Amino acid sequence: MPGKVDVRENAGFSMENAIKMATNHLNFYYGDFLALQGVSLEFYENRVTALIGPSGCGKSTLLRCLNRMNDLIPFTRVEGQVLLDGEDIYDPDVDVVTLRRRVGMVFQKPNPFPKSIFENVAYGLRVNGVRDKDRIGERVEQSLRDAALWDEVKDRIYQSALGLSGGQQQRLCIARALAVEPEVLLMDEPASALDPIATQKIEDLIDQLKESYTIIIVTHNMQQAARVSDFTGFFFMGELVEVDETKNIFTRPKVKQTSDYITGRFG
Amino acid sequence: MTVHFQRELDKLKKRILSLGAMVEERFRMAVKALETRDGELSRKIIEADREIDETEVEVEEECLKILALYQPLAADLRFITAVIKINNDLERIGDEAVNIAQRVENISRRPPVNIPVQYSVMAEKVEAMLKGSLDALVNLDLDLAYEVCVMDDEVDMMNRDNYDKIKDAIRNQPERVAYMINLFLISRHLERIADHATNIAEEVIYLIDGVIHRHRRRWEEKGEKPAGLM
Repeated sequence: MPGKVDVRENAGFSMENAIKMATNHLNFYYGDFLALQGVSLEFYENRVTALIGPSGCGKSTLLRCLNRMNDLIPFTRVEGQVLLDGEDIYDPDVDVVTLRRRVGMVFQKPNPFPKSIFENVAYGLRVNGVRDKDRIGERVEQSLRDAALWDEVKDRIYQSALGLSGGQQQRLCIARALAVEPEVLLMDEPASALDPIATQKIEDLIDQLKESYTIIIVTHNMQQAARVSDFTGFFFMGELVEVDETKNIFTRPKVKQTSDYITGRFG
Repeated sequence: MTVHFQRELDKLKKRILSLGAMVEERFRMAVKALETRDGELSRKIIEADREIDETEVEVEEECLKILALYQPLAADLRFITAVIKINNDLERIGDEAVNIAQRVENISRRPPVNIPVQYSVMAEKVEAMLKGSLDALVNLDLDLAYEVCVMDDEVDMMNRDNYDKIKDAIRNQPERVAYMINLFLISRHLERIADHATNIAEEVIYLIDGVIHRHRRRWEEKGEKPAGLM
C-alpha cells in the first residue's frame, strides 16, 4: 500500500477532511496529443470540487481519468498516478468494474436506459451480482429517495424512464449511480441540458449528497461552480492553473489567467 | 466580458469620480467659508447638498443594477463593492461639509473670540487626505492609500489638541461657551471627514489586494503591506 502522497503544491490551504482522491503529476495522452500536463490535485472527502476552464482545457478528460472511462478510448496513455484512498487506480491489479462502482459518473445529457424507472436503478445492482429481490427493491427506493425523485415517481415506477422530464431523467441517472453505493460521484456538466428549476433541484441535491459522497463536478457555468462547490480548480490548456476555496477563486484569484477567465476577459 | 458590461463599469467609475470631485469642491467651499467666516457662502453650501445626496442614490442604484444583471466576479466584484462603500463615505463627507457650513453660519453672526485655535493646517491636511484617497482610487495606488491611512493619526491629534485649547478657553470665558462649542464642533467635523477619507483609502486597498484592512491597527502592527493580488 503506497504511503499518502503530498500533492499540495498548488493549494494554498490545509483541510481537516481526508483526501478521498488525488492526482499526482498526471499526464494524459490522446495518441501524441498531451491533453493533461502535470496535474496534481486533491479531492477532499465529503466536499464538492468544481473543475472550470474554457472548452478543450482538459477538465472532462481529467474527470474521465478518475474512473478510467478513458480506457474505453483507443490510443490513450496515462503517466503519473490517480489515487483513491491512497491507492493508484491504474495499478494493473485494479478491478475496473469495482472502481466504476466506487467512483460513479453522471453525464451531461441524461441517458436513462430504455427500460422502466425501476429497472434503470436496479441495473447496476444486478450487474454487480445482487440477486435478492427485497434487497434490490430496498436499494431502488433508497436511491430514488437520495436523488430526490422518489415522491415524483413512486406511483409509476414500472413505467418507462423515457417518459420522465429532462430534469427527472437526470435525477434518475443520479439515482442509478447511487444505487451501487459509490464513494465518489463524478458529474460532467450535470445541469447544462436542464431548465433553471430543474438545475436548482440538481444543485440542491448536490448539496445534500456531499454529506455522504465526495463530488467532483465539471461545469461551464461559473455561477453554478460558485453556488455548489467548496473548492474550484481552474484549468487551461491541459494544466491546472489555480485551485483554492471557491470563495477565494471568485473574489480574489491569485493568478491573472484565472481572473481573466472568470471575469470574461478572454475566451 | 461583454462590451456592454465594460461600458457600464467605465460609466460607474466616471460617476463615482465625479461625485468625488463634487464633494472635494464642497469641502473646499466649506473651508473657505470657515477661513473668511462667510455666512453667505455657508448658506450656499447647505443648499447645494441635495445634489450630492441625489448623486449618491443614483450611484448606488447603478451598482445594484450591475450586480443583478452581470454577476461580476473577482476584481470586478470588489470594484462594485468598493464603489458602494466609497459612495456612502463621500455622501457623509458632503454632510460634514454642510455641518461645517452651519457652524460657520452660527459663529459668523457673533463677535469673534481670541483663542489660538486655527483650522487652516488641519483643513489642509484633511483636504490632502480627501484628494489622496480619490487619487488612490483613480490610479489604483496602493502606497498612496496607505499614506492617507497614516495621516489620519495626525488629524486625530490635532482634534484632541483643539479640544484641550477650547476647554481652557471655555473656562476663561464661560459667557462665550456657545461660540466655543460651535468652534469645537468644526474641529470634530474636520476629524470626521478625515475618518471618511481614511475609509475610502481602506476600500481602495481592499479593491486592489482583496484583503479587508479595516480596524487599521492590524496593518500598522504588521509593519508591512501584503503582496498585491488580482
